[in-house]
Amino acid sequence: MNLWQQYIRPTTVAEAITALTSAPGPALPLAGGTDILLDLQQGRHSPVHTIVDLTEIPEMKSLELRDERLFIGAGVPLSRIARDPLVVTHARALVEACDLVGGPQVRNVATLGGNVAHALPAADGTIGLLCLDAEAEVTGLHGSRCVPLPELFVGPGKSALQSGEIIVGFYIQTYAQGGVPLTGTFLAAGNGDGRTYASCFKRIMRPQGVALPIINLAIWLERNGNTIKQIRIAVGPGGAVPFRARKAEAFLADRPYSDETFKTALEALVAEVKFRTSAMRATSEYRYHLVGTLLKDTLETAWERAG
Amino acid sequence: MENKISLTVNGQSHALTVTPTETLADALRVRLKLTGTKIGCEEAECGVCTVLVDGEPTLSCVYPAARADGKTILTIEGLAKSEDGKLVLHPLQEAFVQHGAVQCGFCIPGQIMTSYALLKRNPDPSSDELRHALKDTLCRCAGYPTIENAILDAAHALRTGEPVHPPHIPDSVNAKKLIGKSQIRPDAFEKVTGEAIYTDDLEFEGMLFASVCRAGVPHAILKNLDISKAQNLPGVIAVLTAEDILGEHTHGLVVFDWPVLVGTGERVRYVGDALALVAAETQEIAEQAVALIEPEFELQTVVKDAVQAYQPDAPRLHESGNLLKHIKVRKGDMEVGFAKADVILEHTFHTAMTDHAFLEPECSIAVPLEDGRMEVYVGSQIPYQDRTQVARALGWPEQRIRIIGQLMGGGFGGKEDVMGQIHSAMLANSTGRPVKLLFDRHESLVVHPKRHATQIKVKIGAMKDGRVVAAETELYGDTGAYASLGEKVMTRATTHSAGPYDVEHVRADCYAMYTNNPPAGAFRGFGVTQSAFAVESMMDKLAETLGLDPVELRRMNALRVGSITNTGQELRDSVGLVECIDKVEAEMRRLTEGPHLFTPRPVPGSEHLVRAWGIAAGYKNTGLGGGAPDKSGAELELYDNGTFEVRSSAAELGQGLVSVMQLMVAEEMAVPPGQVRVLVMDTDLTPNGGPTTASRQTYVTGNASRLAAVTLREAISRSMAEKYDIPPEEIRFENGSVRVNGTTLTYADVAREMKEMGQQPRALYEYEAPRTQPLGTGGDMHFAFSFAAQAAEVEVNTLTGEVRVLRVIAANDVGTAVNPLGLQGQVEGGVMMGLGNALTENFIVEDGYVITDRLARYRIPSIVHTPEIISIVVEHPTADGPHGAKGVGEICSIPTTPAITNAIYNAVGVRVDTLPVDQEKIAMELATR
Ligand SMILES: Cc1cc2nc3c(=O)[nH]c(=O)nc-3n(C[C@H](O)[C@H](O)[C@H](O)COP(=O)(O)OP(=O)(O)OC[C@H]3O[C@@H](n4cnc5c(N)ncnc54)[C@H](O)[C@@H]3O)c2cc1C
Ligand code: FES
Ligand code: FES
Repeated sequence: MNLWQQYIRPTTVAEAITALTSAPGPALPLAGGTDILLDLQQGRHSPVHTIVDLTEIPEMKSLELRDERLFIGAGVPLSRIARDPLVVTHARALVEACDLVGGPQVRNVATLGGNVAHALPAADGTIGLLCLDAEAEVTGLHGSRCVPLPELFVGPGKSALQSGEIIVGFYIQTYAQGGVPLTGTFLAAGNGDGRTYASCFKRIMRPQGVALPIINLAIWLERNGNTIKQIRIAVGPGGAVPFRARKAEAFLADRPYSDETFKTALEALVAEVKFRTSAMRATSEYRYHLVGTLLKDTLETAWERAG
Repeated sequence: MENKISLTVNGQSHALTVTPTETLADALRVRLKLTGTKIGCEEAECGVCTVLVDGEPTLSCVYPAARADGKTILTIEGLAKSEDGKLVLHPLQEAFVQHGAVQCGFCIPGQIMTSYALLKRNPDPSSDELRHALKDTLCRCAGYPTIENAILDAAHALRTGEPVHPPHIPDSVNAKKLIGKSQIRPDAFEKVTGEAIYTDDLEFEGMLFASVCRAGVPHAILKNLDISKAQNLPGVIAVLTAEDILGEHTHGLVVFDWPVLVGTGERVRYVGDALALVAAETQEIAEQAVALIEPEFELQTVVKDAVQAYQPDAPRLHESGNLLKHIKVRKGDMEVGFAKADVILEHTFHTAMTDHAFLEPECSIAVPLEDGRMEVYVGSQIPYQDRTQVARALGWPEQRIRIIGQLMGGGFGGKEDVMGQIHSAMLANSTGRPVKLLFDRHESLVVHPKRHATQIKVKIGAMKDGRVVAAETELYGDTGAYASLGEKVMTRATTHSAGPYDVEHVRADCYAMYTNNPPAGAFRGFGVTQSAFAVESMMDKLAETLGLDPVELRRMNALRVGSITNTGQELRDSVGLVECIDKVEAEMRRLTEGPHLFTPRPVPGSEHLVRAWGIAAGYKNTGLGGGAPDKSGAELELYDNGTFEVRSSAAELGQGLVSVMQLMVAEEMAVPPGQVRVLVMDTDLTPNGGPTTASRQTYVTGNASRLAAVTLREAISRSMAEKYDIPPEEIRFENGSVRVNGTTLTYADVAREMKEMGQQPRALYEYEAPRTQPLGTGGDMHFAFSFAAQAAEVEVNTLTGEVRVLRVIAANDVGTAVNPLGLQGQVEGGVMMGLGNALTENFIVEDGYVITDRLARYRIPSIVHTPEIISIVVEHPTADGPHGAKGVGEICSIPTTPAITNAIYNAVGVRVDTLPVDQEKIAMELATR
């Protein structure tokens, strides 16, 4: 079956946009291809005219600190993200999320851009990024814009990207400026005034069926002594789009870290999250049952890391 | 629009023009003829296609060739170095060979390339790091512990420059000069270098590519089939339908009920039924043509499972009805048995349909010859049956067909039925050109026979002291659309359904039913996997009810020499079950603190993780049994240069039969194994070895090879005695030569001298195993049984329900361990398959439609699921087995599942009665307590 007629490898973002918008038929960006090539081959995506390979664009493969923010190119393979010292220092949740996707061969080509653009509510990289309050740099024919991650999703498998738009990379706020990483190179980062920051990602799988988690959860928090100053919690699949538990977050902010706090936060999260039953993967009851354990586990680890 | 690329592969630069959709795997395999890189799934799941791209392990099956422009690629062919014209293996390759990590070999290039990249980055990986790196590089032969050890040893060798040093595996207690000592398989070298050729690696001049139009609906009458659009597609050479079948319209292994192609007006019985065949110039065109074929169906009510199929109002799927066979076992008197019992327990169990998921999908190539004959290249477990079935469908005498068996990337029972062989032969016959028919993973999953989903009710009666006095079982086996080996498989399930125990009163009824699911047939364990799960779960329930130790309960009831089996057979020798149970218990005690083996043990500091052991026992017949003549032929020839060749059409699917044959001959002729070549699976050149099933080949073809050697030795003795005029008894075979009257003749001398005397140094032996009796007649239903006990230690997460298997102790009575190294691989693989059956594998069919039609949805165990596997070899030789050996391949897999589920019960009190284990059920049940 001719799934596409033309395979193009641009070397700049502008060329890629041109290729996508000027193709004589439907055109698709391709990064690692670990989602889209299989979708095309297995008939879940209809054939296209042009494939635009994004992996030769240096801008999309850069991973660096830009001012106070960490920039991760949308075309950086997950394996590189999982090993990169900058990410390890500033975005531990993302390291853990990326390191759990597939096996090493998949991670060597799969990208964060693809993981996000695929827009699944429980994609591991996406959930990791979400707790880090990441922004996506999106470029199209009409220029670039920075989009807060939650605004990139409209439904399961549907992103808000317009055709001809690509994600160039992601920005993540760092908190180590003026300070040094607190505990060794990878546990937490702080800015020297007693406040510390850490993040953590965990998931629960089942041994049968597709490699998507039953449930995954990522937490970023700021700790001051025994107080949770700020927290961000992302849960997948907690709704039609990747889910932030804002009510639980709001409750937890400025609270002491205690069993009592945790209990109420969990109640808040359970009240706002919407777990569904996925055939052959998990019932919604099971997910509600698991979320407490996963929240506790992830929170504990993030908290200790920030300690 | 094509893409021009230049790339470096194994140090050589190439400029290629590739198509936009071409994968790197195809570019390497087809354009550069580097067929060492294999294709197992084309969905980024199995890892067998792994190559290094700029040093990073990458799946070449989902890597566009166009992207390889400017890249440096390393494939398996690039690892070994050529020194003075000899290939010197990389330490990883050497370690895989020496450790016995190579079985069928299909995954090995992927394993080696992935670990090569790991060791480059991390020369001294921990076990955890290694498992993380190999997580998605699957091996279905599943010698994962050995693979891990081989890699760690290679890492050590690379760091230190020392040679690899494989562990010492103890010899058999019955060891001879060669038999019973670890031996490297003869095909290991070619399998680590990528030189090993599997069917899909072959190419023939003018070869066409085939694709099959499948029904895609589970139950219907085919009303019309429009092939005109397909015929008109440029590049299509032939489109065949049922009308083009020249011979018989059905095939089958026992019952000829499986249509070669479903014709108009005929019944479609499952989604995989074939409607039409296409041969075209390229694979893509063939597939496009298939998509243009337009069938019209009149849909029928779908028969979803065996119990429904048995109902009187169920739609009839075959003229004979839906009942393939009602199988009965009767012993003693149930009323008496249950009346006597102090306790009676009853429970119903369900096992899932499962898939063999051999990593090499089915492939066959039919090549028409000028003399009017046809060659079929295929990896098949029963070459002579293939020949019969292909000949029948073509309407030819069998002699016109030559089946040339190829290396198999795993079989496990799933390559016994004819898959593409008839179809490729029909197309080759019609086009006059060679035709390759390769299944992709999707087709393989949908079409070939599975393990029977079985419902098993067990009612068991016992005395207070634990003595089991009555066992009644009722089984419903789902044999799917066609019989395949369903009757045989379900017979084994039934006869073994009361477990390896001496029970006075036994009754078993099994209904093997046709349904609209994919057919079910042979799968390692042959029905006993299912019934062992049920009866071994019941034994634990019984132990609990009676307050007895589950080990003691099994020991008390175990079959021993002198026991009578459920089918009325007296066991006269070779019953090592009690020793298996004793040894497993001793090992559990050694590994466990405290007196209680089966009580829950929370992990200190993580009390939500609870560990416990579970135990199960099992037995499995060796050989076909039930009155079927069980024969194998082997031919042995001594060549002028003093080497031997032993031939039989028995199949090598990775299990190591070629080693067994080689050792049998080498032992008798007193030569090093390397002096004996093994040729298998060629119906022109090798005598019929019978089917490779029922754990029979070590026994029957082992015996045939050994006796062919004995025969040749006697012939040599006679000739030399005549020539040198001494009594034949004085001729001695020692140290690779023949000693006659104080002089030493090499085998080359012997060959020459015999030929000078007008004698052929060749012997053919047709071995026939001891006669067996049909079920229901009493007497010896089987000529040998293997026995086993296993214990599994699990860890259950009481919050999430997740289950991990930490350790498995497996004791197997195999008669004699002919090749301890090969045995180790079989045991590891068997345990892992049992673990998959318990925890990961579930072939899901809904209303006849296959849900798990991709490897992504059908999960087989990977290295991260692998527990520590402690193999204990128990050897109670069987009188007629070659050097006492009996079957190994299946017994090592049978007790694993119930050992795991019993351990889960012991840990958290949740009884699993439906496979696979559902962690959600465990969690929810624990939550409601
Ligand atoms: C064996 C296996 C295991 C997997 N396991 C997991 C897992 O555990 N967790 C998980 O989350 N995922 C998993 N996945 C899914 C997949 O690997 C990830 O989602 C991956 O991150 C996708 O990235 P990619 O670069 O391969 O995307 P691609 O397949 O190249 O692209 C995916 C989609 O995103 C679009 N796209 C890609 N890049 C951009 C861009 N920069 N801008 C705009 N659109 C873009 C493409 O057009 C396409 O629609 C697995 C996949 C496989 C094959
Ligand atoms: S992963 Fe490529 S063939 Fe399976
Ligand atoms: S040796 Fe690994 S699949 Fe057979």
